[in-house]
Amino acid sequence: MAWTRKDLLTMRELDASEITLLVDTAASLQEIAGREIKKVPALRGKTVVNLFYENSTRTRTSFEIAGKWLSADVINFSASGSSAAKGESFVDTAKNIEAMSPDVVVVRHSSAGASEILARQLRCSIVNAGDGCHEHPTQALLDLLTIREKKGHFEGLQVAIVGDIAHSRVARSNIHAMRKLGMTVTVAGPPTLIPPFVGELGVKVSHRLEDAIRDVDVIMMLRMQHERMEPGLIPSTREYSRYWGLTLDRLAKHARPDVLIMHPGPVNRGVELSPEVADGPYSVILDQVSKGVAVRMGVLILLAGSKAAQA
Amino acid sequence: MSKTLLLKGGRVIDPANGVDGAHDVVIVDGRIDRLSAPGPAPKGADIIDVSGKVVCPGFIDIHVHFREPGFEYKETVASGTRAAAAGGFTAVACMANTHPVNDNRSITDYILAKAQSEGVVRVYPIGAVTRGLEGKELAELAELAEAGCVAFSDDGKCVTNAGLYRRAMEYTLPFGTPVISHAEDGCLARGYAMHEGVVSMELGIPAAPAAAEDVMVARDIVLAELTGAHVHIAHLSTAGAVRMVREAKARGVRVTAEVTPHHLVLTDEAVRTFDGNMKMAPPLRSKRDMEALLEGLADGTIDCIATDHAPHATSEKEGEFDHAAFGIVGLETAVSILLDRVVSAGVISLPTMVARLTKDPARLLSLPGGSLAPGAAADITVLDLAAKVTVAPNRFKSKSRNTPFGGWELTGAPVMTLVGGKVVSP
Repeated sequence: MAWTRKDLLTMRELDASEITLLVDTAASLQEIAGREIKKVPALRGKTVVNLFYENSTRTRTSFEIAGKWLSADVINFSASGSSAAKGESFVDTAKNIEAMSPDVVVVRHSSAGASEILARQLRCSIVNAGDGCHEHPTQALLDLLTIREKKGHFEGLQVAIVGDIAHSRVARSNIHAMRKLGMTVTVAGPPTLIPPFVGELGVKVSHRLEDAIRDVDVIMMLRMQHERMEPGLIPSTREYSRYWGLTLDRLAKHARPDVLIMHPGPVNRGVELSPEVADGPYSVILDQVSKGVAVRMGVLILLAGSKAAQA
Repeated sequence: MSKTLLLKGGRVIDPANGVDGAHDVVIVDGRIDRLSAPGPAPKGADIIDVSGKVVCPGFIDIHVHFREPGFEYKETVASGTRAAAAGGFTAVACMANTHPVNDNRSITDYILAKAQSEGVVRVYPIGAVTRGLEGKELAELAELAEAGCVAFSDDGKCVTNAGLYRRAMEYTLPFGTPVISHAEDGCLARGYAMHEGVVSMELGIPAAPAAAEDVMVARDIVLAELTGAHVHIAHLSTAGAVRMVREAKARGVRVTAEVTPHHLVLTDEAVRTFDGNMKMAPPLRSKRDMEALLEGLADGTIDCIATDHAPHATSEKEGEFDHAAFGIVGLETAVSILLDRVVSAGVISLPTMVARLTKDPARLLSLPGGSLAPGAAADITVLDLAAKVTVAPNRFKSKSRNTPFGGWELTGAPVMTLVGGKVVSP
């Protein structure tokens, strides 16, 4: 099948075959990282703008490397060093960037829906690189690529996503994608960090770490999103860590020996993950980061080459 | 020499006087003279042919924001009253959250003077309950009432201090002016941009639960009982609030309520577009809440329909959803929305709709109007039930365009508005 969308905004709107196409495309591009000359001409003459309204090291760098390996011209535009800091509105900034004829705009923003708003206003392709607590589709794709490489398939796998589900765009994107690919998902955390109605997404809910991680194939630990949280959701980081921190001891007692430990980063060591777990044999956290570049190359190729984008 | 005007050939619906039938309306010197059997015009009368149309008492909207003084770029008394006239409203009550706030006589006088010199419909100011809407100390309520304020409200903000709110209710009892509650618990509703439900969960947008409204409606009912005051709940939006108002009324508590057209026809599903015009306070709720509001409107729990007309500039609505201003304009879409989506759907009859826009709001705020009785000012709204309209924000008389209904195709519209026997729209 061929990619037909102008934009990549959410996992919710994709069907299983579109998700598989994205993952397959990324898988085929992984070998570029191992080449001596890491450069292919796929996007020569194309311009990719990274429009980042929120701090990000991993995601922005990942998109930048992806664009450069594909020979695109990549421009980074961060809100703090630009006219946005002088009070220009989000939509005005975007229209100004559009006037410079980019092919793809990658947008990271603290407000849910920011990429949807841009996609409606701009003719070029938009990639959502994280919008508030809404979605982060390329993160879900790199998680999926990691899982498939380690487990060989998706159908029937059991996944526990643990921590601050309420404020996690990573959780939302992964839940949509994993459900469509036939995986079973349990979300776990104290009730104040589990959003009401989350069961509507077809996930199970657990309020006890030991139960949530039992017999699952994948444990995805989430960072406490201090910057998005209102006060009063948990009594203290200390208490959270005591009941929800993943330690070697807990893993040994309750989890399968072949479980994968994932984390979208950055890790709060000693809070949700003990250092031994983060660096231990179960951890695939750095694989996730490597695969991020391949996923973003795949996304850029599919979007820049889609009919919808050229129309 | 007196001047006679005849509205000829229409169906007159005047719920205040139990009228629904074919009558000509005879207006002499700006006042209703009588309803007469269809027939030849009196000698020398001007005639307006309204055959095939519906003639009603002028509609009254007891909840608008006209932004003057202070935010004239959004709306003024001049533009707001023209929007009202275009939408079939002959009288409006405007909320106090101007800048400066309408918490003292000079602001009330200013609004009334503006209405007198530049307005085309009747304007009734609502005074602030507390100084600066700060919720800390009472505004000079007696002087505001004397100046012409018809009710008191900190609308836009909830008076969270129950002790102070109680005193406001007691103090204003002798004036016969209700207090109007913007029922929203700020702690439960902190930092929200939409209703808490399945949609907010999926979109990851900060959300307020229906309980934020329910808690305050419960409190206000209790305070109404304590004080004996008339408490009017603005823009009721939850199933729980409808149930509590219904129960309180059955017990004889002096509580009344209004609902907006948008809460009757839209739900939180509309927020999936991230369109800032779907953002208001209270937020668009669940389908279950919407159905409870329709039921409450039909069974009389909800006393009247009010727009909460809240103009904002496009730049305040077009960006990120969580940064968008709260509120939408409503005056120029309300009647068509009600006719097409509420009356046509059989939720309420046309005469009931007219009652909820005329005699009922007039009763709540003790306003003149809402009736075509002989001697009443000839404030009249004419409806064409067959008119096909497409909502076109760029043709609004309002200065602002922030409607969720742009492009909607609707059947039924106000086609003529008279205030004091004078045509003010079109």
